[in-house]
Amino acid sequence: MQLIPCPWCGPREEAEFHYGGQAHVAYPEDPSALTDEEWAQYVFFRDNPSGPFAERWSHSAGCRRWFNAVRDTRSHDLLAVYRAGEPMPEVAS
Amino acid sequence: MTADLTSPLAGWTDRLAALAPALTVSEVPFRSQLTVRVSDPGAVAAMGSALGVVFPSVPCTFTAGEGEFGAVEVLWLGPDEFLVVAAPGLQVPIEEVLRGALGDFRGSVVDTSAQRTTLALEGPHVRDVLAHGCSVDLHPAAAPVGVCVQTLLARTGIVLLVTGEDRVMLLVRSSFAEYLAAWLSDACAEYRAVA
Amino acid sequence: MTFRTSTGGAIDRNTLLHFTFNGQKLSGHPGDTLASALLANGVHEIGSSVKLGRPRGVVAAGSEDPTSLVQIEAPFSEPMLLATTVELYDGLEARGLAGQGRLAALPDPARYDAKHEHCDVLVVGAGPAGLVAALTAARSGARVVLVDEQNQAGGALLGVEEYLDDRPSAEWVADIVAELKSTPGVLVLERTTAFGMYQDGFVLALQKRTDHLGFAAPATVARQRVWRIRTKQTVLATGAHERPVVFADNDRPGIMLASSARTFLHRYGVLPGSRAVVFTTNDSAYCAAIDLAESGVDIALIADARPEAPARLATECAARGIEVRAGQLVTGTEGTSRVTVVHVGGEKIECDTLLVSGGWNPVVSLFSQARGKLRYDAELGAFVPGEELSTVRVAGSATGELDLNACTRQGRDAGAAAAGAAGFASGGQVPLPVSDSRCTARSGLVLWRVPGDEDASFVDLQRDATVSDVLRATGAGLRSLEHIKRYTTIGTAHDQGKTSGMIAAGIVAEALGVELEDQRPTTFRPPYTSVSFAALAGRDRGELHDPVRVTAIHPWHVAHGALFENVGQWKRPWYYPQPGEDLHTAVLRECRATRESVGMMDGSTLGKIDVQGRDAGKFLDMLYTNMMSNLKVGKIRYGVMCGVDGMVIDDGTVIRVGEQRYLVTTTTGNAAKILDWMEEWLQTEWPHLDVHCASVTEHWVTIPLVGPKSRAVLGEVAPDLDVSNEAFEFMTWHDTVVAGVPARVCRISFSGELAYEINVTAWHGLAVWEALMAAGEKYGITPYGTETMHVLRAEKGYPIIGQETDATVTPQDLGMSWAVSKKKPDFIGKRSFARAENNRTDRKQLVGLLPVDPEVLLPEGSQIVETDRLPEPPVRMLGHVTSSYPSAALGRTFALALVRSGHERIGETLYVPVEDTLVPVTVTESVLYDKEGARRDG
Ligand SMILES: [Zn+2]
Repeated sequence: MQLIPCPWCGPREEAEFHYGGQAHVAYPEDPSALTDEEWAQYVFFRDNPSGPFAERWSHSAGCRRWFNAVRDTRSHDLLAVYRAGEPMPEVAS
Repeated sequence: MTADLTSPLAGWTDRLAALAPALTVSEVPFRSQLTVRVSDPGAVAAMGSALGVVFPSVPCTFTAGEGEFGAVEVLWLGPDEFLVVAAPGLQVPIEEVLRGALGDFRGSVVDTSAQRTTLALEGPHVRDVLAHGCSVDLHPAAAPVGVCVQTLLARTGIVLLVTGEDRVMLLVRSSFAEYLAAWLSDACAEYRAVA
Repeated sequence: MTFRTSTGGAIDRNTLLHFTFNGQKLSGHPGDTLASALLANGVHEIGSSVKLGRPRGVVAAGSEDPTSLVQIEAPFSEPMLLATTVELYDGLEARGLAGQGRLAALPDPARYDAKHEHCDVLVVGAGPAGLVAALTAARSGARVVLVDEQNQAGGALLGVEEYLDDRPSAEWVADIVAELKSTPGVLVLERTTAFGMYQDGFVLALQKRTDHLGFAAPATVARQRVWRIRTKQTVLATGAHERPVVFADNDRPGIMLASSARTFLHRYGVLPGSRAVVFTTNDSAYCAAIDLAESGVDIALIADARPEAPARLATECAARGIEVRAGQLVTGTEGTSRVTVVHVGGEKIECDTLLVSGGWNPVVSLFSQARGKLRYDAELGAFVPGEELSTVRVAGSATGELDLNACTRQGRDAGAAAAGAAGFASGGQVPLPVSDSRCTARSGLVLWRVPGDEDASFVDLQRDATVSDVLRATGAGLRSLEHIKRYTTIGTAHDQGKTSGMIAAGIVAEALGVELEDQRPTTFRPPYTSVSFAALAGRDRGELHDPVRVTAIHPWHVAHGALFENVGQWKRPWYYPQPGEDLHTAVLRECRATRESVGMMDGSTLGKIDVQGRDAGKFLDMLYTNMMSNLKVGKIRYGVMCGVDGMVIDDGTVIRVGEQRYLVTTTTGNAAKILDWMEEWLQTEWPHLDVHCASVTEHWVTIPLVGPKSRAVLGEVAPDLDVSNEAFEFMTWHDTVVAGVPARVCRISFSGELAYEINVTAWHGLAVWEALMAAGEKYGITPYGTETMHVLRAEKGYPIIGQETDATVTPQDLGMSWAVSKKKPDFIGKRSFARAENNRTDRKQLVGLLPVDPEVLLPEGSQIVETDRLPEPPVRMLGHVTSSYPSAALGRTFALALVRSGHERIGETLYVPVEDTLVPVTVTESVLYDKEGARRDG
């Protein structure tokens, strides 16, 4: 049972959290201006790196805040957590 | 009118009382509870002074005070979210006062009094019993009086308030209250036998 | 004949425990394991092997034993336990196994539980290194947990008779344990096996709390407990297991690890036999031989595989008349149920015991589970911890160190370092004991196997896997130990290869001509020892298996005989059978009463979310496919929500409570999901919006009052409310007083009938429900459950999210284009409606199906085909039946279905395969009852 450090509540067991997929994928400004291809990129396509990956988590059984985390997909180690709206910090992988 | 009120654990009074001396457990029903979303410091302060309590500024804590509505507790639920708890029957006037204090600032006030019920737990084993289902460290050094955590107890969400060395309050969603009561009864079994 | 010594051992010789093994009545003493008691009675044959049926005995004294599998029959049947780890109790009944056990047919009456524990330093293993580590950490003031799988501390010291600081080692152990137990913040857990080590200092340990009490175990005490330990730092002092050497016919009962025989002697006062041959590659077996000889065992010979025997030990042996032959190998054995002859250097030696030592394997399972890298130590012939981890330290023989003085020094260093890393300054040095041990157990010759009959040279005695099997694997081209493990099954039994894994690796390396330094050991995975499912389930079984959520009116439903349906975690009334009624007749009655007079149900499980703020309308316009911001205060609108892919995720009503306030409802199952969905958009995409959401699902009780007489009933309980159709229009709401209680009444219908939804705070729910029942009595008011609700809505073609939809269905597919705004510039899902895939004419669309035979009820989930005869496979499926009911109002059966190009097929006849027949059905619109909506206003 991994610990995930909520930026507000501190480290809690992962069972308290919901996963929200890749972070920093913004809802397009004007979806109607996008081609089908571009829209499909937004809806269906996500990165799947081997290594550090910025993703969203919600502390659903706690403070219900969404935040971002950089996780090394090879080890599951959380390299950084930061609040929604903040830029992704530099991490050493 | 209260004669018509039924609390979520109305049918559990005797079973909970029977957990003594392992643990003294009782439901504290019908408390006034308001979910408040507010982030402007001025509005937070105004709400606090209207109720006679300083809103908690530290995550995962609660504060208590006394004012116009008697004893009031304010629970930190999130960076802009609080639960204001007072004696039964005060939710309507408190909502009015809080709305007044919020004024034009961003935020909301919602009467959620019946959304959750409260269990008061007391006894030397209280932290031990809860440790059977709660992954948060409840050692007195890690969870001193004043702590208020939202977490999981066994398979239900709870808000856990440490109100004394041997005293804890649990807030639980009303529909999960019977599950929680059943779980507590089971978790106490061994401590009852020992006691 | 008894093999019990006259003195010694940590057993209570004054108390007799009676037990039964394979039907034979035997006795032992408190302190015995089942294995030691059996050996004391001269019983070596425990069971037989799983494939070949060869006799199996006791190889080791602890949890590393590969062979002594038994089934406990009393007090409660439990399979696949090791006789070496079952503590003896009075009345124990056990049976040897042939590699497989039998699950109990009855529910286990024992309690099981779990407990969370947090600490600064966790020490695993209470041998000399672990004890010193724990005490060092404890003296620093750290919160310390010490776990050990034995029923008493001491580790390897329990199996020897040695002195520490000129006192029996047990006294030194007792002093340390006493100090630990009296130090605040220290938890010592005996009979507790750390079986899994995970990320972030999470360790699972199984404590066997009352197993050893047998029939006397108190029913209120959890028999086993899973400790969920969260630690900052860990010291692994898990020790080492002695390793055998493989040779022909090495599997007979009576062939035992040398140190285990020594343990049986010193800990239990049990001799392994009368006459023993010792086969070793290192010094440690000499001590076993000497101790056993001094206790009366005739040591026929020590065959030392090394070219030269150790001089000092050889002299000691000579002094006791023990013959030592260097450079000698055991090449085979004879015997049926017990070894009787051992072949050494062409000579046949009669004996009843063969003691073997092939060196020592450090126990690195937890270290490896913690992702620590292992390194091959060629001198030791074993994998050892190959790196330092920041939160996990290894001390004692688990590092490969076999000298006691060095082990305790490592323990002290590791304990101090762990406490230091957890933020605790040293609390004073723990003095290290001085040992008088004769056998420093320095490593010897690495020998995996003696050449001989490869079909009878057993590598994994539990899996009946031989050298032949290994060579067959390498011969087939397998090179990786992971592959060979799976091919041969070596290391996959209950013991997870504790004694066989290293040897298998060695034989593979020899066969392939590679160096073990270059081989990757197989990955160690939890659990280290077997853990029962009952222990893992803990108290999460029976009524606590999963939370049962109930509404405030639940006690009434129970009292009135409702049968319940599980909807997510909720218990919802399914139907209320009257005497003699089944589901079918009860639902027809409930439907008829509701459509003809008045019915009511408990709708409290509907999700309810309060949405407030200046931008609330704007926000809901983005979430719903239709417009919500132009809804007038006092009005209600039905709405559909889609994901960004344009597929329906939920539906419900939106009530405009005030200029800046809405109350939205969700389906029962999606309440939490939709609130999360809202928060996700608000927090991550549109934090600038002034909107806040709060769940009020359980604050309110919701009672739909449905049917032509609902107005009359409501009028009686809500005297302040003008219930006329003009004053209280469809899709509007009013705050009023119902049955003396403040209430919000909404005119919403999910059945097509005149209907109201009465909302009161949950505390008032039961009283208001009862008041409505009383007021409706003269109209025959009928409570109904979810089944009737489903029939009533299906007759009207209203879809249920999750029943008619499955994340591939658009609002258009449901025939709900009317609920999709053309005016709004954007909303979630809108852009996807323009995708080519969503505009195909052959999409599956919601339609009604009327079986040509009005009596035939189509099974839900049935497939739909085009022709009245099934063509050769593959058969093209047009869709499936999503809902199917008999209808009182229609006087026949009907169904809803998703059908390819369904909207174009209305009027066509299609076919539904039901068992062996193809049922003809007519495709219709989805609305089957009261198409004109004449019943809505009563
Ligand atoms: Zn949090």
